[in-house]
Amino acid sequence: MAIAADAHHDHHDHHPTGIIRWITTTNHKDIGTLYLIFSFAMFLVGGAMAMVIRAELFQPGLQIVDPHFFNQLTTVHALVMVFGAIMPGMVGFANWMLPMMIGAPDMALPRLNNWSFWILPFAAILLMSSFFTGGGAPAAGWTLYPPLVVQGGMGVDLTIFSVHMLGISSVLGAINIIVTVFNMRAPGMEFMKMPLFVWTWLITAFLLIAVMPVFAGAVTMLLTDRHFGTAFFNPAGGGDPVLFQHIFWFFGHPEVYIMILPAFGIISAIIPTFARKPLFGYTSMVLAVTGIAFLSFIVWAHHMFTVGMPLVGEIYFMYATMLIAVPTGVKIFNWVATMWRGSMTFETPMLFAVGVVFLFTIGGLSGLMLGITPADFQYHDTYFVVAHFHYVLFSGSAMAMMGGVYYWLPKWTGHVYDERLGKWHFWSTTIFFNITFFPQHFLGLAGMPRRIPDYALQFTEFNVISSLGAFGLGLSQLLFGYIVFKCIRGGVQATREVWDKPEGLEWTLASPPPYHTFQTPPVIK
Amino acid sequence: MLRFIKLPTLIMVLAASLVVVTPVSAEWGLNLPTPVTPIGEQILSLHNMILLICVIIFVGVFSVMFYSVYAHRKSKGHQASQFSHSTFAEIVWTVIPVLILIGMAIPATATLINMEDTAEADLTVKVTGYQWKWHYDYIDSGVRYYSNLGTDRAEILNQKEKGENYLLEVDNQLVLPVGRKIRFLVTANDVIHSWWVPKLAVKKDAIPGFINEVWTRIDEPGVYRGQCAELCGKDHGFMPIVVKAVAEQEFDAWIAENKRKEEQADSAPRAPANSALTADNADTIDGDASDLAQAAQ
Repeated sequence: MAIAADAHHDHHDHHPTGIIRWITTTNHKDIGTLYLIFSFAMFLVGGAMAMVIRAELFQPGLQIVDPHFFNQLTTVHALVMVFGAIMPGMVGFANWMLPMMIGAPDMALPRLNNWSFWILPFAAILLMSSFFTGGGAPAAGWTLYPPLVVQGGMGVDLTIFSVHMLGISSVLGAINIIVTVFNMRAPGMEFMKMPLFVWTWLITAFLLIAVMPVFAGAVTMLLTDRHFGTAFFNPAGGGDPVLFQHIFWFFGHPEVYIMILPAFGIISAIIPTFARKPLFGYTSMVLAVTGIAFLSFIVWAHHMFTVGMPLVGEIYFMYATMLIAVPTGVKIFNWVATMWRGSMTFETPMLFAVGVVFLFTIGGLSGLMLGITPADFQYHDTYFVVAHFHYVLFSGSAMAMMGGVYYWLPKWTGHVYDERLGKWHFWSTTIFFNITFFPQHFLGLAGMPRRIPDYALQFTEFNVISSLGAFGLGLSQLLFGYIVFKCIRGGVQATREVWDKPEGLEWTLASPPPYHTFQTPPVIK
Repeated sequence: MLRFIKLPTLIMVLAASLVVVTPVSAEWGLNLPTPVTPIGEQILSLHNMILLICVIIFVGVFSVMFYSVYAHRKSKGHQASQFSHSTFAEIVWTVIPVLILIGMAIPATATLINMEDTAEADLTVKVTGYQWKWHYDYIDSGVRYYSNLGTDRAEILNQKEKGENYLLEVDNQLVLPVGRKIRFLVTANDVIHSWWVPKLAVKKDAIPGFINEVWTRIDEPGVYRGQCAELCGKDHGFMPIVVKAVAEQEFDAWIAENKRKEEQADSAPRAPANSALTADNADTIDGDASDLAQAAQ
């Protein structure tokens, strides 16, 4: 009987090999891997664009690229990083970890899962191909504000279709996550027992479903304004350019939480493991995430104070924005309280987690400053804003994902990664990140606008420092790729638990986990 | 190779080199520039206050965290306690931030109400953004002209040494009086621009089809420079703003002179007036006032 059962099990693990395996896979682990590889590839593409941008800004004057191409680079860099690197990266984590964390055999809708991934590479090709059209890629910034974006060439249309496809992919992925979390939890895995990463992704999925269609609608209106004679955003036809900004930021503000909430989940998984202490204030963490998600829908116009709103509108959006500091503060305090009186060790994932808590808070506080309307009039559209959102997106979302990769990589591959190189990666990333972006606060306050290819002489010194830091930051990420590659290829066999008694169902599985896991639900204490 | 360099040593070397390469000088501009308007003063003190509060919170929270990182580590033999919540602490760190935010919101609201009060202006200037230049129209006197980038193209292309005000100089400055309440009506003719002069603390989007209002009162005579702050296409980085603030009598004389010359130009046949344009500003459509404005600099 035992032999028969084993044979049956083997049969179940059969799947096509080679490229066909990856194209046809419906396995959450394979799809998670695809998402993560795609994310890293786009991270390098977007990073390469950032390198050109920083090389041009290394000195005043025009050296490397012409201003129009510079604008294309800033635009596509942002689109690639937001829609290509961070969002798919987080979905990769969701695919790998959600079923393993809630004791499910797979995602609820495996074929949909395959489809939502395989839309992405084509959307990315469409976006990148816009560089080769007449007029080039969109050059109006990732916010695609009309009327400027309407002046663009065919590249804008390709980008609009690409955004549609990315949106479909995100919404399908989000539906899958919600259905999985609602229906596939192992018996006894109640909502308030779910790991925080599951909670953050569940809420993120609702945000995605709520706002991606809004964005799709906004870019469709751009498309009809460009080609079909409508005038939604054209004042000459009775339209309103500011309307686009309202619609865009109604999507755009929840979007920034879509990028950061799963990162909060990763941090909340890592810190308790290395502090050897349970997460502090689980219930308030869940409430804080829910609160942040709710507030994210009612603060959008703080991105556009300078468009000239009525005084009452400005005051309302200022107060609502300031409120977000409260639940965000709760999360920071809870993480620090989790570390407090723990028994901490500082392996690479913990270094990244502590780094994220520290650096994300800098971005959070500069965000609070940006929310104060009168002061925002001075900060708006300067390098202060550029510094702010790189502190929340790079040292928040991206570095949390790096920490997450180191945390779960031994589980995924069955091999222990190179700890020494991992620490090198952390320190070089952190140091170069700060050299790159901290001086940009000063540049913004001193009056350097964002999205300019050339600048006045008083901005030279900080730009030199920032560019040097950026080159180091870019190179450091190649090391990351090497460490992960090396770990996939081989290394010391990882144990089942990997770390020192970590919490969570994923650690009850072998490293690497079998192709199909939890076909009989685990018993939850 | 990496094996021979100790990681902490490298970090210290890097940190030290940072200190060496960042000798802080006044030229480097670490904070908002010193404003020359009452609103600018209010914003600067608001900014300094919220920055200080943020720094205090940051230092407070991370002193605790780094103390914990230092003291509560396994290598020091610290045993993990297993507490997982404290309702009292959680209420405290929800309520205290709320109080701090209220403390910030009060002066912010006062400043904002002041900023939005454009009533009873002494002078109105209509500012129109174009790709890629500004147009100024003194509504009360009818004086109007374009203002283009004044930097030589050769400087931008690194063929010539860059001047002191590289990219922050224009052919025709916006001349304004000190001590008067000036109302700007800001709009645009093609795409969205944003009219920004940091020392005046004025930034307002110039949006086609909209007329935005903003005001200032300049305390000190001087030349104040700014730039377009909203991405407006290829030459977004090349449409600066230069405000020249002069004494009231000087301003009145300047307006009178330009008004007279403009009337003369209007009564004269159009062709000669246009032919008087120099090659440099030939692309400005009604640039006939520009040479007059230049004369006032």
